[in-house]
Amino acid sequence: MTALLITAVSLLIFVVIFQISKASEYVAILKGEEHSRKQNNKINGFLMVVFLVLGLIGVWYCNEVLYDKTLLPQGSASVEGERVDSMLWLTLAVTGFVFIGTQIVLFWFAYKYQESDNRKVVFFAHSNKLEAIWTVIPAIVLTVLVVIGLRNWFLFTGEAPKEAMVVEVTGKQFGWIFRYPGKDGAFGKKYYKNIDNASNSLGLIWDDQLTHDDLVMEQTMYLVKGRPVKLIIGSRDVIHDVGLSHFRMKMDAVPGIPTTMWFTPKYTTKEMKEKTGNPDFQFEISCDQMCGNSHYSMKGVIEVLDQAEYDAKMAGQSPYFYTAFPDKDPANAKKDTVKLVAKPVELASKVTAKL
Amino acid sequence: MSNEAVLHAPAGAGLHHEAHGDHHHEHHHETFISKYVFSMDHKMIAKQFLITGMVWAVLGGLMSVLFRLQLGYPEASFPWLEDILGKWAEGGKITPDAYYALVTTHGTVLVFFVLTAGLSGTFANFLIPLQIGARDMASPFMNMLSYWFFFAASIVMLSSMFVEFGPFSGGWTAYPPLSALASASPGSGTGMDLWLIAMALFVVSSLLGGLNYIATILNMRTKGMSMTRLPLTIWALFFTAVLGVLSFPVLFSGFILLIFDRNFGTSFYLSDIFINGVGALPNEGGSAILYQHLFWFLGHPEVYIILLPAMGMASEILSVNSRKPIFGYMAMVGSLFAIAILAFLVWAHHMFVTGLNPFLGSVFVLLTLLIAVPSAIKVFNWLTTLWRGNIRFTPGMMFSIGFVSLFISGGLTGIWLGNSALDIHLHDTYFVIAHFHIVMGVASMFGMFAGIYHWFPKMYGRYMNNTLSYLHFWITLAGAYMIFWPMHYQGLAGMPRRYYDYSVWESFKQFAELNRFISTVAMIVFAAQLLFLFNFFYSVFKGRKVTTQNPYGSNTLEWTAPINPGHGNWVGEIPEVHRWAYDYGKDGKEFISQTTPVGADESSH
Repeated sequence: MTALLITAVSLLIFVVIFQISKASEYVAILKGEEHSRKQNNKINGFLMVVFLVLGLIGVWYCNEVLYDKTLLPQGSASVEGERVDSMLWLTLAVTGFVFIGTQIVLFWFAYKYQESDNRKVVFFAHSNKLEAIWTVIPAIVLTVLVVIGLRNWFLFTGEAPKEAMVVEVTGKQFGWIFRYPGKDGAFGKKYYKNIDNASNSLGLIWDDQLTHDDLVMEQTMYLVKGRPVKLIIGSRDVIHDVGLSHFRMKMDAVPGIPTTMWFTPKYTTKEMKEKTGNPDFQFEISCDQMCGNSHYSMKGVIEVLDQAEYDAKMAGQSPYFYTAFPDKDPANAKKDTVKLVAKPVELASKVTAKL
Repeated sequence: MSNEAVLHAPAGAGLHHEAHGDHHHEHHHETFISKYVFSMDHKMIAKQFLITGMVWAVLGGLMSVLFRLQLGYPEASFPWLEDILGKWAEGGKITPDAYYALVTTHGTVLVFFVLTAGLSGTFANFLIPLQIGARDMASPFMNMLSYWFFFAASIVMLSSMFVEFGPFSGGWTAYPPLSALASASPGSGTGMDLWLIAMALFVVSSLLGGLNYIATILNMRTKGMSMTRLPLTIWALFFTAVLGVLSFPVLFSGFILLIFDRNFGTSFYLSDIFINGVGALPNEGGSAILYQHLFWFLGHPEVYIILLPAMGMASEILSVNSRKPIFGYMAMVGSLFAIAILAFLVWAHHMFVTGLNPFLGSVFVLLTLLIAVPSAIKVFNWLTTLWRGNIRFTPGMMFSIGFVSLFISGGLTGIWLGNSALDIHLHDTYFVIAHFHIVMGVASMFGMFAGIYHWFPKMYGRYMNNTLSYLHFWITLAGAYMIFWPMHYQGLAGMPRRYYDYSVWESFKQFAELNRFISTVAMIVFAAQLLFLFNFFYSVFKGRKVTTQNPYGSNTLEWTAPINPGHGNWVGEIPEVHRWAYDYGKDGKEFISQTTPVGADESSH
């Protein structure tokens, strides 16, 4: 019913607009087309300036309302990301200046040089000097931006510091799997044909001893504040992307081609909660590459901890090897022995009861 | 001069053709089929491209309204949606499958069917022969085929929307493995097969058209029309065609490999894949990134295929309505050329976060930011063209001014995204959506509107209603900024593209109100486009008739043809050209047509 009503109202508005437009055309013919054309020209020339002024106010207002909702006020949560932010501010200064300047010139010229019977047009077809100026100046400014950009780029994509911890991140439809190298500090080999959702989500090769202490977790990745981390990124199925907007980092997860990324977290999650005043704050990993129909829900979480908290957390984790082979888990083994011991006792007591 | 030698032949051929045309006209009546359907007249083919493009623009625009409905009102349900979309909107709420199908089809259709076929298909066909002084295209038959391949592509694409598991839904870039595996996404089944067939037909159409445009511009210019006397529209359409001819085949090769991977068990793009519910696939050794290189080798020039015609038309219209020559004609041609060359050398800036070699990335940063130089030249030249002009705000002129405004706004954010270190943060966020919609989508759309309004009198011998046109302009310009400007801020919050729902994300859910605002504006702007369409079709039949041959006081050749030119364009001999197209306000004369011989006392510029 409402849909019908909305359609009817829209149609009505259309008809009204059309009738007015049609009428104005007839009026124009009556009043003399040239006369009304000039009148329209004046109106539109005036609107050009109105648009400029309202537009600039709009730009300001938009910034007023939305700035606090961006990541800029809270700053980068990684050491490297600070360079992204400073680059961003510089680029904003340059492009913002050009934006405001050229838009003002454009709409102001449109207004100022609107048709007038007294104006004599200047035949001005070219000027090598002017053209040289606006070729050279942008070129110089861009060179500066490129130099700064590339220095950062080579830092971001270069080798991670030696003391960096390493975490392997694997994307799958629609979640993330994290692997830590465990006590030996090395990842064991894996092969995708070994993947089995129940017991071997990464396809680890158990014959490789190095896999035996690897830790595998889903959903949450734990990192240490102030310690660089290198992520080795891969995918199990389609292309995903590890999007870490708080850290200003991002890297695709491509099946068959491992990629890497590194950064240094600056704040713990707890500190960020205080900093942002949001008790629910999380470092979220968003999948930033279209990966299927549940792409929008492919969320992971990074929890940044102190070294001590981190160590405690990791100490409580049991290697993935034992998920695959519960019988080899010393913890299970102990329980089993207890049970084995317990059962005969039970039996024995039952037997005694019967007797 | 070699020019003379070349020019004699086509002029003669043209005459012959014209005589034939007359003969045709007098003795056989053109049938409906040969005039309106399988027409070989470039003007009719242009209109066919335009109207098919309009149909797609409405469909593609409507799709964006539908998915904006989901983004703006994620909690609401609209029962009427279920009436229209059936199982794709169960309970009045668009499903994720439908959402992604809409997003994907919106992108594909707008980029290829509207802004490539609808824009350069229309205006290359319409303007090239009329502005260079030719009776028709080099091969009218190929030209006709070009349209009908496009039509076939349209039908196949349309049919993909009615298959069981829906149309392709993996994004318009169709990255494998997602696009290669039906088990990874329901849309990658039959929907993707049809998508690929439609796109292959589209490539054929585009190549047939492009080769024809190039051949026509190089060989069929009238006497005296040297390359440096061409209007900038023609230069722009020429570079557009060259870009298309050199890059579409690469896209095609990428599609062929994808078809092989999908159907014949090859592993060009596939490796190490385990799909839930299916298990490990046998494919090993392929590279998913290879597809991206092949795709963006077209994909980036494609941006300029879309943009250059708009630039060319805006240049022409700005000059005509400022009553002033375009400033720096040679620099305009030179910058078009520079953009065309650079267009081929920047494709990997779409791939900064795919893990590509950092050194390679740095080369692409340099080349990408280099494009800003010719772009800056163009902008400053347009501004100087307005300076001390005598501006008439025809609707075409206003859309051209709007084009310049949008090109500046969207172009500047390109400097952010082209710088790889900054792109890492902004890649695949709403910042990118804002950037490319403003600079490529809306700006080119404005170029297209400018062209339609400006050349409508030549196309149909009638005028469109000005009041409606002005209304259309102001709503669209203000609306476009209101839709896309705030998206920059969403991008600066890291908000990813292509999400169906943001409400579970602590980092992105603060924009619910803004999303509602954007969706509402999008609906209003869409309604304003319907106003335009109504104005267009009404004016085709009922508009005021054009009574003078040259209503704008324009220099170019199309205004020397009859008000309603027949097939063959000029009655009698094709006019000879004596000067460039931009003698406005010279020696106190308001305009001097290209056909006027240079006077003895005329100042040279």
